[in-house]
Parts: sequence; structure tokens; C-alpha cells
Amino acid sequence: MLSFVAQRVVKGVIVLLAIIVLNFFLIRLAPGDPAVVMAGEAGASDQVFVKQLREKFGLDKPLPEQLFIYVKGVVTLDLGFSFRQQAPVAKLIMERLPATLLLTLTAFAISLMLGVLFGTFAARFAGTVLDTAITVFALIFYAMPIFWVALMGILLFSVTMDWLPSFGYDTVGANLTGFAHVVDVARHLVMPAMTLGLFFMATYTRMTRASMLEVKRLDFVKTARAKGLSNAVIQRRHVLRNALLPVVTLAGVHAGTLIGGAVITETVFAWPGIGRLMYDALLQRDYNLLLGVFVTCSVMVLIFNLITDLVYRLVDPRIEFAS
Amino acid sequence: MPKRVLLGVLLACGLTASALQPVLAQEPKTGGVINAVIQPEPPGLMLAMIQNGPTQMVSGNIFEGLLRYSPKLEPLPELAESWSVSEDAKTYTFKLRKGVTWHDGKPFTAADVVFSIEMLKQTHARARNNLVQVDKVEAPDDDTVVFTLKQPFGPFLGIFEVGSMPMVPKHLYEGTDWKTNPYNNAPVGTGPFMFKEWQKGSFIRLVKNPNYYEKGKPYIDEIYWQIIPDAAARSVAYETGKVDVLPGGSVENFDVPRLSKLKDTCVTGAGWEFFSPLAWLWLNNRQGPLADKRVRQAIMYAIDRDFAKDVIWNGLGKVATGPSASTIKYYTSDVPKYPYDPAKAKALLKEAGYKGEKIRMLPLAYGETWQRWGEAVKQNLMDVGMNIETIATDVAGGNQKIGDWDYDIAFTYLYQYGDPALGVGRNYVSSAIAKGQVFNNVEGYSNPEIDKLFADGAVATPDSKRKEIYEKAQKILVEDVPVAWMLELQFPTIMRCKVKNLITTGIGVNDGFKDAWLDK
Repeated sequence: MLSFVAQRVVKGVIVLLAIIVLNFFLIRLAPGDPAVVMAGEAGASDQVFVKQLREKFGLDKPLPEQLFIYVKGVVTLDLGFSFRQQAPVAKLIMERLPATLLLTLTAFAISLMLGVLFGTFAARFAGTVLDTAITVFALIFYAMPIFWVALMGILLFSVTMDWLPSFGYDTVGANLTGFAHVVDVARHLVMPAMTLGLFFMATYTRMTRASMLEVKRLDFVKTARAKGLSNAVIQRRHVLRNALLPVVTLAGVHAGTLIGGAVITETVFAWPGIGRLMYDALLQRDYNLLLGVFVTCSVMVLIFNLITDLVYRLVDPRIEFAS
Repeated sequence: MPKRVLLGVLLACGLTASALQPVLAQEPKTGGVINAVIQPEPPGLMLAMIQNGPTQMVSGNIFEGLLRYSPKLEPLPELAESWSVSEDAKTYTFKLRKGVTWHDGKPFTAADVVFSIEMLKQTHARARNNLVQVDKVEAPDDDTVVFTLKQPFGPFLGIFEVGSMPMVPKHLYEGTDWKTNPYNNAPVGTGPFMFKEWQKGSFIRLVKNPNYYEKGKPYIDEIYWQIIPDAAARSVAYETGKVDVLPGGSVENFDVPRLSKLKDTCVTGAGWEFFSPLAWLWLNNRQGPLADKRVRQAIMYAIDRDFAKDVIWNGLGKVATGPSASTIKYYTSDVPKYPYDPAKAKALLKEAGYKGEKIRMLPLAYGETWQRWGEAVKQNLMDVGMNIETIATDVAGGNQKIGDWDYDIAFTYLYQYGDPALGVGRNYVSSAIAKGQVFNNVEGYSNPEIDKLFADGAVATPDSKRKEIYEKAQKILVEDVPVAWMLELQFPTIMRCKVKNLITTGIGVNDGFKDAWLDK
């Protein structure tokens, strides 16, 4: 197992380097650079000003040199400096990481638990009204754009009912501490987490249902039934466990994208996370910050892919750690 | 009269609910917190280093300039309590207020002013241009600053507001690397509010300066600038009572009438007189059909600007008549007129020999209002037979294309800063043609007569001479249509009626909340 992990790490580092190089050039393909953006925002852009900004950002150097400087920095765990935000990139990312992880992990947990639960029920009662209801429910949330669900949620739960706050991480200026602060954050978390979670829940529901129905038709299920095992045991031990493999694959892919995958939710709910940081950095052509977020996301994807591979083996011991 | 037009008229006249209240008669109350929206999140708060809109709005509370300006753009005292001009109009002497201290307790003196000028010449593009006529700045004593000009410069007294010339603490910046000075992230000014906290992505918190030199001010204890990136969410935040002030431009225009009708809500269009934002279409004069003056004139006739004002801008603003907004000095309406006349536009296009060549148009990526305006203009131009292709970009991409002159028509709006020498000439004189830059003469218009008029106008004396020169320049430009002027924009500030005296000068919300108080 150790050699398997070591091999995957080495491959991961190579992939990461390729991602950095690709993104480095990809970002610069977009028209406009940070100097142009900042000059534009200042409403004054004489040549001296833009030249000054380019020198400040290091954009006056040849591209290969800029890339070398960047990669050298990443190797020493230095993600560079965001001149726009006047702060080291790593600091900016670390400031936002907790909020993003709280939101996405909550959403992930909601979606996975509810998705598998509903999917199991739908498969267990396939063809019944319950199955149809779950399927329709899942499809509705899958089909609705996240921003629309978010806005409708705000309209209903904030504007009309005044149950939940419509934006932010906590109540600004309330200076709450201890349990009161936890409750406050939780109240702010409900809508964004549900909005994000319901979309993914729909995917897991559909995937679990389809996968379970497929497994149910296989011979070993008939054998189990012939052995006289109870239906609950067959469903839980034989069908669900085998049906979970594609769900684990999907969850692995989702988990990897959690860091940067909540851009819309974070924007609508003014959640101070990395998705928004990335979106702003993109609009402002804040190259270092954008690359820093990409690197962080890529590392997360690689880590979760590795974890997924390890979980496979737990779910299905027949899978071996092939090199 | 449609309701939205009525709203616009009311705002234009300043007859808002808040203005109608006998505010001045009331004694200001102290205490309380104002929650205001700031969008987008400022990149930093060091006004001498960063000059974008959100930075000015927040930092206008922290830093101060030597002067403020009334809605009629008359200079008012701020850090300078009085000023005088020599007879030859080349020496300006400012007497500074006594007893002013920086937020860290150190005294503010004339040496800070001299240092600030030197720093701003290097870090503040607009200040550098404004100071080009300054020969030397001296501090004969702690309370006096003397500016000596190379030649008379008409708009000189108009360059001292906080966003154009913020004062910087010499004792914290002298001899340091300005770019990485730690006080960039915890700015120290002389203003009525002090920087306290910035939770990136959430809010910026300013607290009352207890040692402010105007006794009793500021009245408010704290300001929270809340960062809410989505326009609809900003509207909801106001609607649900989480914020008290939506500065101009915080919400989409179509939400303005709805929010204006909410209980205890007051709206004002005041506070933009100094900036006078004017929207126009850049027309690339260099190439293709738009190189022909008749085609550019046809565009002016083809666009229904009243429709844009009444429908897209909800009746806010005013149809522009030329390169100067009606709120700035030396404006004249005595210029050629371009009413909505599609037939005349078609005739001019035919006369110019336009044969349906493709024309690329860049809308402004500033949200839904601008997108809708782009669609309306496209429709107008297609109605008279022009072949318009809309190019979608984000702000950075748009700026790059405009700066590289890679466009035919492009939307923009720019501030005018009260005087044609400060905010108008830069878009029409040929010396301002520089590829790779935005917001200068990107249309490529070149007319030696206009160059001379703007050069003369900046330094002419007396005032009547300047008036004559700028009126002539306006007439020539409107005849030539180097760009297509659209609207004098108005961005209404929406607030709870309990917020009093929020806007008292022509600089508006950017001038800080020192006069504001809450009628609890």
C-alpha cells in the first residue's frame, strides 16, 4: 500500500507542475492584465502609471522568467504576493479556507447522506409512488440553477419569513462569542449549505438508485435471497455496499472540487470563501492570487483522488493496489 | 408622467423625502452605527496608492484633503482653513487648521503637505497630471503651505479634495518602501473615522476619531462597510434591514424604484456634482465607416437617448448635449443638437456611402443595466441599417481592447472633476493619444484647433477668457462628434430616513460621514 501511495504522490507532483505551467499561460491568454485593470479603476492611465504598475507586478519581465520565478516560489511553498490585495497569496487563501471548508463540507455531508438515503429508498421501493416522488424531487433540484435556488431561498426564508439571514458568515457588529457565535454562524450557514447540498444530493440520489437497481439484478443477490437472508440484510450488506462504488467515485470527484466549486453560492450569499476570492481574482487579473487558488484546488483534487482510491478498497476488498 | 420619470425629475431637483425634511433645524444626535454597502471590495485603503472607487468611498472617512467642494463646486475648508491667490495667479497660499492630529496622535503640519505632494506625484496618476503646472511647494512655517506655479492654472483650486489629493503622514512613510509599508493595511489619516478592522470578504469597520478637530464631530460611533458581491443580495440586505445605506450604483437600476418605496426610505441624487459622471460611446475615428464624420453624426441621431434615460435608467440622469456635463464649469448648451431622428441618420449614412459594413460594439461589463443599454443601442443602430456585432468581454478584456484600439464602438463613463481642464480635455486632445492606455483619447480624434483651445483654456486668465475658450471647444467637438455622448449619469443613494446629513458636499459619499447623524 505504501508503494502505491508513494507512486501516486510522485505522479501527483508531476501533474501539479503541468497544471501550474498550463494555468500560468492560460491566465495570460485572457485579454487585459492587472496593470490595465487597476489603471482603469483609478480612472487615469497615463503611460508612467501603467509602466509603474507592470514593474511592480513583475510583468515587465520575459514570460519564461516570470514562470521560473513562480515555479521556484511554489517549490519553496511560496505562492507569491498579491499586489492588488497587498498581501501574500498564501495568507489570503488561508484566511478564506476555513469558511469555504465549513460551507462545502457541510454541503457535502448533507448531499451524500441524504442522497444515499433517498437513493436507497427509491431503489427499495422502485416503481412505487415514493420512488416517483423522490425521483421528481431530485430532478427538480438537479435541474434548477444554483443561483436561482439561492435567490428563491433568500426571498422565502429571509425576506418573507425573516427566519434566516440572507448574507454573510456571521452577524456583523454583534460581537458574539462561544455558543452564541456558533449558533449565529450555523444560522448563516443553513441556506448556502442547503443550496449547494441539494444540487449534489440530487446527483447522489439518482446515482445510488440506478446503481442499486443494477446490482439487485445480479446473481449473487438471488443467491443471498435463496440462502434465506432477510431483505434488510440483503439490501444493506449486499446491494448497497456493491452499489456504492460509483457513488464513491462521484463523491471523490466532487470532494476534490469543493474548494473552488462554490463560486456562485458564495457570491449570492456573500460567504467569504475561496470561490469568491478566485472569482474576484479572475475579474481583476490578479495572476498570482488566481494561480495560488488553482494550485490549492489542484492539490485538493489530487489528495481526494488518492483518498477515493483508498476508500475503494475498503468498500470492495477485491480491488487491489495495482501499481 | 411615468412614475420612473417622475422619480428622476424629483431626484434631479433634489426634492427627495430627506431633502424635504427640516434637517438643518434639528440638533444632531450623537451615537449609533451606520451599516453601508461597499462594492466591489476595495483592494486596499491607502488612498495615496490606490484610487479606485470603493477605496475612495471608504478611505474618504480616514484621510482628508486640504479642501472640500460644495454642490456648486465652490471650495470649502477642510485641512486648510483659508487660502489666498496672488495677483498674477501663480502663488497659492494655504493656511492650515491648527490642532489637527493624525490618528496616532502626532501633529499634522505643513511638512506633511509637502511630503504628500511629492509622494502623490509618484503614486497617484491623476494628482501627477493635476500638479504638472506646480513649480515648487514650500512650508514657510508649520501652518502655511505655498504653491508656486509655472504659469496660471485655472482649475488649481479644484484639485484638493480627498480622493484627488489625500494627505499622507510623513512620519510613517518617509524613508520607507511605500509599496509594502505596513500602514497601507492599517491606514493612519486625520479624518473623522479611524480604521479598526477588515475581515476580508465580509466587512471593513471604522470607528469614531475621538480627537477629531471639529468638536462634536463625527456624530456616528462606527461605520461598517459590508461587502456583498451580488447586486440582488445587496437589495435584499437593505430590504431586510441589515444595511442602512446603499451608495449610488450599489443596486441595479430596476431595483431603485422598488427600494425607494420601502417604508422609512429616503433617496437622493445629490453628491455627484464634483464627479459629474458622463456616459458616452467611444467611436473609433481611425478606421472603417466611423472615420467619416457623417457616420458618427448618424449614430447621434439614431440613438434614442431619452428612451435610455427613461426606461433603462428609470428616469435618472440627463441627456448629454456634448463633452461637458451641465454641472461642470463653462458648460454651454449652445451647441449643435442631435435629437432622435432615425430618418436623418439613414440619410447621413447613405450620403457617407455606408454599405452595411460590420461594426463591432463593446458594451460595458458593469452589470445588467449596462447590458440592457447595449442591447437598446444595438437595436437603435440596426433600425437605421447599421450592421452591429456585439462583442462580450469582462471589464479587463474590454479595457484591453479599447486601449489597443481594437473596437469600433464601446461604452464608457468617466468623471469630469468639475473643470474641463481636469476631466474633459484628456479625451479629445491629440497629445492624449497613446496606444495601450484607457480613458485618454482612445477614439483617435485629432484636431489642432481643439488641441490649442484646451492648452490655452487651462492657463488662461481671467475666468471669462476660459469660458469663451471652452464654449468654443464644445461647439467644435459637438459638430465633429469624436464620441457619441449619451447621458449625464445619476446614481441615487438610498438610505434609511433616520440617516441625516449623509451627503453635504458635491463629493457626496466619497467625502466621508463626518456630518452624518442618526435620528434614533
